Amino acid sequence: MTTLDPGAWFTPDGEPRRMGFFTDTSVCIGCKACEVACKEWNGVPSDVAGFTGMSFDNTVALGADTWRHVAFVEQAPVGLEWFGEDAAAGTAPAAPSAQDLRFLMSSDVCKHCTRAGCLDVCPTGAIFRTEFGSVVVQEDVCNGCGYCVSACPFGVIERREDDGRAFKCTLCYDRSKGGLEPACATACPTDSIQFGPLDELRDRAAGRVEHLVAAGQSRAQLYGADPDDGVGGFGAFFLLLDRPEVYGLPPDPVVPTRDAARMWRMAGAAAGVLVAGIAALVGLSPRGGR
Amino acid sequence: MSAAAGGTAAGAPGADGYYGRPVLKRPAWTWEVPWYFWTGGLAGASSVLSVAARAAGNRPLARAAAIAAAPAAAVSPALLVSDLGRPERFLNMLRVFRPSSPLSMGAWLLSAYAPLAVGAGAAELLGILPRTRTAAAVGAAALGPGLVTYTAVLLAHNAVPVWHGAQRELPFVFAGSAAASAGGAAFLLAPAAAAEPARRVAIAGGLLELAAERAMERRLGPLAAPFEGDGPAARLGRWARGLTAAGTTLAAAGGGRAGRWRRRGPPCCSPAAPASAGRCTGRASPPPRTRAPPSGRSAPAWTPASPRARDPQARSTRPVRPAPVRVRNSATLGPASSLSRHGTYR
Repeated sequence: MTTLDPGAWFTPDGEPRRMGFFTDTSVCIGCKACEVACKEWNGVPSDVAGFTGMSFDNTVALGADTWRHVAFVEQAPVGLEWFGEDAAAGTAPAAPSAQDLRFLMSSDVCKHCTRAGCLDVCPTGAIFRTEFGSVVVQEDVCNGCGYCVSACPFGVIERREDDGRAFKCTLCYDRSKGGLEPACATACPTDSIQFGPLDELRDRAAGRVEHLVAAGQSRAQLYGADPDDGVGGFGAFFLLLDRPEVYGLPPDPVVPTRDAARMWRMAGAAAGVLVAGIAALVGLSPRGGR
Repeated sequence: MSAAAGGTAAGAPGADGYYGRPVLKRPAWTWEVPWYFWTGGLAGASSVLSVAARAAGNRPLARAAAIAAAPAAAVSPALLVSDLGRPERFLNMLRVFRPSSPLSMGAWLLSAYAPLAVGAGAAELLGILPRTRTAAAVGAAALGPGLVTYTAVLLAHNAVPVWHGAQRELPFVFAGSAAASAGGAAFLLAPAAAAEPARRVAIAGGLLELAAERAMERRLGPLAAPFEGDGPAARLGRWARGLTAAGTTLAAAGGGRAGRWRRRGPPCCSPAAPASAGRCTGRASPPPRTRAPPSGRSAPAWTPASPRARDPQARSTRPVRPAPVRVRNSATLGPASSLSRHGTYR
């Protein structure tokens, strides 16, 4: 873990800076310390999924009770034919060398979007933007309408069924207020999860991906570092070693409120048609008698 | 290492996203929402019909439409509240006014509309307070069209591709459905001699709904997959289309014999409307809390928006989880509201 200067949360003028995560999956070892630290610090309920058979991933997905989720992806050029009839008949392809196998691990988290769908559509104001640029649900205000759930293009925020309210990562807002890094970044043993001012993280990530591509990782790419994408860039972005879909991430996320102006225009037009239509049909028709 | 980029094993992650899991969360909305859309539409269009009929001098029809609007307007907020995870906190929606949230706009619209429509209907029924009644009826008619069509914006403000992609036509589907419902209801309640305009409204509404739906599905293209096959959305869709078409046809055929049809039953009270809304919300009753997630063809509704990742075979089954052990959250965030800065961060 890196140690963050206590003044890192503020500019020299005392203005709060936009803080975020850079998750460099190329050095993730899948230890899940981030998941544990998050649960411990935030008091997130247990959500034992049991044995899923999805590699080492028994957390399954982000949700109301999982604010960090380590994805495990096993990549090989051939599959189970080694163990089936092909293997018995001796027709299985030659066993691949270690060079052919790849184990991808990535700690997923709320993206804290620049244009956050959940924040835009929240009708109670329970979801708000903190001074550090993160997106947080106030649990004493949320009335569980569930609108944020379907407004999130990443499937992050979720309603806790036995509670009725929506929950997600807070970027450890309480710790930030006290000058501490988020629990997951503090616990990460390989610095795969880096926390800091977003502009500095973006610079660092650009250098890192350049280095990896030069070293032969042709599919190494930044995910969410572009401020011009469909959600205005992520507050928590990633360095991936393969396409986002491979990790269960949408390749081209768009905030659903982007087309709001057109939607309201169409609704206005439809309302106009309704009024004009009824008026015409009632007014032009023969008067009703007694 | 770069050799690994060559490909992935069949059935392994990458072939169908991440273990075939949907990217999006299943929407949290329950069975109340389609019924809310229907009652809101019926009430809103009835209020318009009532005032229009009065302006045209058709008082019996105005009275019938106002009386039809009242119960629907009374039930509508109850449905909206009961859908919440914490219904006792409904009033939290009225602590802020947020144009970026269609639900916030809808909560305000409904809070203003419902008392007006209920008041106008009650005054009409009891024959009291004529001036108050007129004022309430005009107010309800002014807000009614918004109540009918804002729900389309509500539904389109979603990451679910089939809803988001329907944003252009959905308001017209809802306007048509509302007109069909309101026309049908007024047709049933009004004296036969005064009911002719309501019949026309019902026919026009049914036609608008069917045409807008057709246009919507054409634009959606492959995204309309949940509406095909035999998933719950597709089944409801067929019922909705069939009932709307049948009701509209019967209403049209009933021409000069309005009174006869009226006594026989509701040819055009658009019983399809809630089914249609249910189809648009992609869910059927019983409530999804007690239902397995949709499987098979309806799954693409929850898969990612980009064609790169769209996969019609994506499965949305989720493993059965044991009941979670509840641990109370000890780290409350404190008086965060005093620090809130709404809107987009720059």
